[in-house]
Amino acid sequence: MKPQDFATEVHNDWCPGCGDFGILRTIQMALAELRLEPHRVALVSGIGCSAKTIHYVRTYGVHTLHGRALPFATGIKLANPNLKVLCVSGDGDGLGIGGGHFVNAGRRNLDMLYVIHDNGVYGLTKGQAAPTLKLGVQTKSLAHPNINDAVNPIWLALAAGATWVARGYSYDVKHLRDLIVQGIQHKGYAFLDVLQPCPTYNDINTKEWYGGEDRKEMNAGRALPRVYKMEDEDFDPVVRDASEIENKATQALEKALEWGDRIPIGVFYRNGLVPTYEERIQQRIPAYFEKPPSLQRIAGPHGEPLTDLTKLVNRLTIRPT
Amino acid sequence: MPPGSRKVNDLSWMIGGPQGSGVDSAANAFARGCAHGGLNIFGKREYYSNIMGEHSYFAVRATTGTVRSHVDVVNILASFDAETVFRHARDVSDDGAIIYDPSLGSTKVADVPTIDRRASSDLRAYLNGRGLGETVNDMLTAAKQRGIALVPVPFHDLLEQVAEEFKVDQLSKIARMINMLAVGASFGALRFDFGMLEKALEDVFRAKAAVVRMNAAGARRAYDLAATLEPDFRYRLEHVPGQPPKLFLSGSQATALGKLYGGLRFQTYYPITPASDESEYLEANEILDVDARSLPPETSDSTFAKEKGASILVVQTEDEIAAVTMATGAALTGARSATATSGPGFSLMMEGIGWASINEVPVVITLYQRAGPSTGMPTRHEQGDLRFALHAGHGDSPRILLASGDFEECIRDGFRSLNFAERYQMPVIHLVDKALANNSGTIPLPRLSDLRIDRGNLVPDGHAYSEESPYKRFDFDKGPMSPRAVIGTENTIFWNTGDEHDELGHITEDVVLRNKMMEKRDAKLQLAGREIPDDEKINYFGPRDAETVIVSWGSTKGAILDALDRLWAAKQKIGFLQIRLISPFPTSAVAGVLEKAETRVDVEMNYSAQLAGIVREQTGIAMTHTIVKYNGRPMSSSELFDALTAVHLGKAEPRTVLTHGA
Repeated sequence: MKPQDFATEVHNDWCPGCGDFGILRTIQMALAELRLEPHRVALVSGIGCSAKTIHYVRTYGVHTLHGRALPFATGIKLANPNLKVLCVSGDGDGLGIGGGHFVNAGRRNLDMLYVIHDNGVYGLTKGQAAPTLKLGVQTKSLAHPNINDAVNPIWLALAAGATWVARGYSYDVKHLRDLIVQGIQHKGYAFLDVLQPCPTYNDINTKEWYGGEDRKEMNAGRALPRVYKMEDEDFDPVVRDASEIENKATQALEKALEWGDRIPIGVFYRNGLVPTYEERIQQRIPAYFEKPPSLQRIAGPHGEPLTDLTKLVNRLTIRPT
Repeated sequence: MPPGSRKVNDLSWMIGGPQGSGVDSAANAFARGCAHGGLNIFGKREYYSNIMGEHSYFAVRATTGTVRSHVDVVNILASFDAETVFRHARDVSDDGAIIYDPSLGSTKVADVPTIDRRASSDLRAYLNGRGLGETVNDMLTAAKQRGIALVPVPFHDLLEQVAEEFKVDQLSKIARMINMLAVGASFGALRFDFGMLEKALEDVFRAKAAVVRMNAAGARRAYDLAATLEPDFRYRLEHVPGQPPKLFLSGSQATALGKLYGGLRFQTYYPITPASDESEYLEANEILDVDARSLPPETSDSTFAKEKGASILVVQTEDEIAAVTMATGAALTGARSATATSGPGFSLMMEGIGWASINEVPVVITLYQRAGPSTGMPTRHEQGDLRFALHAGHGDSPRILLASGDFEECIRDGFRSLNFAERYQMPVIHLVDKALANNSGTIPLPRLSDLRIDRGNLVPDGHAYSEESPYKRFDFDKGPMSPRAVIGTENTIFWNTGDEHDELGHITEDVVLRNKMMEKRDAKLQLAGREIPDDEKINYFGPRDAETVIVSWGSTKGAILDALDRLWAAKQKIGFLQIRLISPFPTSAVAGVLEKAETRVDVEMNYSAQLAGIVREQTGIAMTHTIVKYNGRPMSSSELFDALTAVHLGKAEPRTVLTHGA
C-alpha cells in the first residue's frame, strides 16, 4: 500500500505552506505503512482548518462539530472496537471549546489516537488567539497582545491520564510519520501534539522560528533549530513497571516545560500497563469484543425482534394470588 | 357501620415523610401488597431536589377498576413525622383516617424547618381561623372535627417490642422499619389480607429473609393495633381472587423495555433527574437474552449460537454534548443508539441534533421533561418542552417528534422511535416526562407481537458497490432515504460533515446542491407523514359526534381518561383527541376531528398551552378553552373533572389554571 491509496480527489483549500499538509501526508503514510484497510479506519475531526483533513483521506471521514471530535470518535470506537479510530483537532477545537472532552478521554484510555494541530491561532475565523498561544504574544490579527496564558497540552494530557503522550513537528515528516505509527499502535489513549505553523495568521511561531533561522550568528552562519528530538538525547519515556509511573510522569512533566530556545519533540510518556476502556467493558460484558453493539443481530428475517425480555418482564410481573 | 355504606376496593392512600426515611419503599410495599391481592394500582411519587430531610410523599390508588391517575382527595394518610400531618391532613376526606405518631402531638408548625414560610403562614392561618393552636394535635383536632378517624401508632414502642423479639441490641438498627409499620397500620385499618403485605415485603427486600421477617413482625403489630382502634373504618380492601398477572412498573422502566425490544444496543447519558433512572435500569440489565425462535429452523442452531452474547453498552458521559454526539457516532457504525436526558441536558444537545439531522443519522433522544426554565424545579413535573423539542437547533433540521401518554405507549414508542430513526434516517425525539418517569402502576401484560423491527434502507452484506460503481451516502437517485452504509463495510467509504455536503458527503456551498439536499431531507419527513398510519399518530376516545373535544398530548392522558369515565357515566358527549406524533404533524387527522367540534378544550401541563398554538399553526383551528397547570404537580383527574364540567356547562373562562398539589 502507498500513501496515495489514501488520497481523495477533493480540492485541498488550505493556504500554501500550511503545516496541515505535513500532518495530512504523514497520516496517509502511516496508514499505508500499517497496511490498514480503508474501510476499517474512521478518521474523525472537529471544526476548523484541521477538520478538513478527513475529506482528503480515503477512509471513513467524520467531520463533526467544534470541539466534539472526541465524543463522536468515542461512540464509533465503543460501538465497534474492531475499527481503527483516529481523531484530529485544532488547539482551539481540542483544548478550548473541547477541553472537557480532552480531560475525560484521558480517564477512559480508549484505544485510539488523538492528534492536535497546534498553531496557537484560530485560523479559519481569521487568526484569533487560541489556547496554546503564550501570554503577551501578539500575532498579526490581534488588536492587543494575548491576555490569556497558554495551556500546556502535554501537561494536560498527562494529568488527564493519556497513556501515550508525544509531540511532533509538521515539517519533520519522517519523524511525525513514525510518531503517528506508534500512536496508532499504542494500546490505549494516545495523544499527539503537532507543532504546525500557520503561515497566514501566526507570524511569531513560524517555520523559520521553529527552524532557528534567526539564530544563524550563534551557529556559524547556519540555522540553529529550536526543535530537537528527545530520543537523540536518550530520553526514555517508557513505563515498564507500575513502580516507575511516578518517576516517568515527573520526568515527562519536567521535559514538557522546555520551550523557547529548546523545544522537545518525540515521546514524553508511554505506559502500556493501564487497561483500556474496552478491556474494562469486557470485564462486565464478556462477549464485548466479539459482539460489540454494532455487530449484534437485532431482528429476524421478517423484522422479528430478537431481544428476549422474558427475564426483565418476569421481574416486573405481579401474579395475584 | 352498616356494611352497605362501606367503600370497598376504591381507595386513595398516601404516605409521607422526610426524604431518606423509606417513603418510596413503603409505598412500593403498599402498592405491591394491593396488586398481589388482585387490585389495580396507580402510584404518584413527589420529592424535592434533596438527598435527605425534605418532605416527600407517595400517593397510591387501589381499585378493582381501571386507574390511570391520582385524585386530590386522600382516604388514608399514613404518617410517621409531623410535616406529613401538617402538609396533607387537609386533603383527607371527612370519612378518611390519619395514621400518626402520638409522641409528635406537641410539635409546632414552626418546629419543622422544612416547611417554608409561605406554606407555614398558610397553615397557621388555617389553624388560627378555627381557634386552634399550631401543633400537630391542633391539626388533628381540626381533622377530627370533620369526622376523620385518628389512628395513633406509638411507633417507638412497637419498635422496642420488635427489638426485644428479635434480640436487636440497638433500636437505631431497626428504626428504618417505621415506614413499614405505617403500611402495616394502613392494612390493619383496611382489614386487608396481611399475607399480601408479607408477599410485598418479600418483593421489596428480595433475598434478605431476616429483614422480611422483622419488618413483617413490626407491620403485624401495627396492623393489629389499627384494626383494634378502628374496627368500623369505612374503607376496606378485599382480596380479589383469580386476577391475571400484571406488569407493575414505572414509565422509566417501560421506556427502557421498549427500547431494548427495539434493538437498542448503545445508550449514553449524563446524570440528570428524572432521566437517569432509565439509563441506570438499562445498565443494571446490560446482559441481554436472545430469542432465536424467529430465525429459520435450518439456520437456527448455528445462528443462535452466533446471536448469544447480546448486550447493551451504557456509557456515562462527561456532559450531554458528549452524550448526544457519542450516541451519534455509535449510530454511524450501525448500532441502534440513543441517549436520555431532561431539559437542561437537552439544551446542550442542540448542535448535535442538528448534526445528526444534516447527516441523516438515526439517533434517538428520549426527553424526560421536567419543570423549567433553567434548572426550574428539577424533580417536579411539566410538559413544557414541546415547542423546544419541535424546533431545537438552528436552521431547518427535520426530526421526528413523538410523545407517550401512558406506560404501554412508553414501551411501544420506545420501540418505534428506533424504527422511525432508521427508516427515515433522522434524529427522533421521544417526549416523556417526570410524571410518567416516576409514577408507577399496574398494566395488563402488553401484547407486543405486532411489533417488527424496520431498519430502513440499510446497505446489506453482499452489496454491489465497487470501485467502478462507488457508494454514495447521500445518493439523490436512490433518495430521499439513500442506502445507508455503516462504518466498517467494505467498499462503502463515505464522509460526513456538519457543513452542507454533496452526495459523497464532502463539503459544498454550491447553490444547486444546497437546494437539493435541503429538499431531500425534508422529503423524508413528508414521506414519514404519509407512511405512518393515522392510528399511530393520534388516538381518539369517546363519541365521534362529540360537540366538545379535548385535545392533549403526553401524560395528561391518564387524568383525562379517568375524568372522562366519570363524565361519560353522566352521559356527557365529550371526545378526547390525543396527539402522539408532533412532527411530522398529523394535520388532516387533527383537523378532521376538530372541525366538527364546537367546543375545543386544550389540556396541557405548561404555562402557554404550547400544543394549542401548534394545532392552530398547523390547522388554522383555534381552541375555545385551555386548561393548563404549571405548579410542578401533575393534574389530578378530580381537578380536571371539575374544570371540564365547568367548560361543558359553559361556566368556564377561556383559560383555566389548575393549582392543586403539595
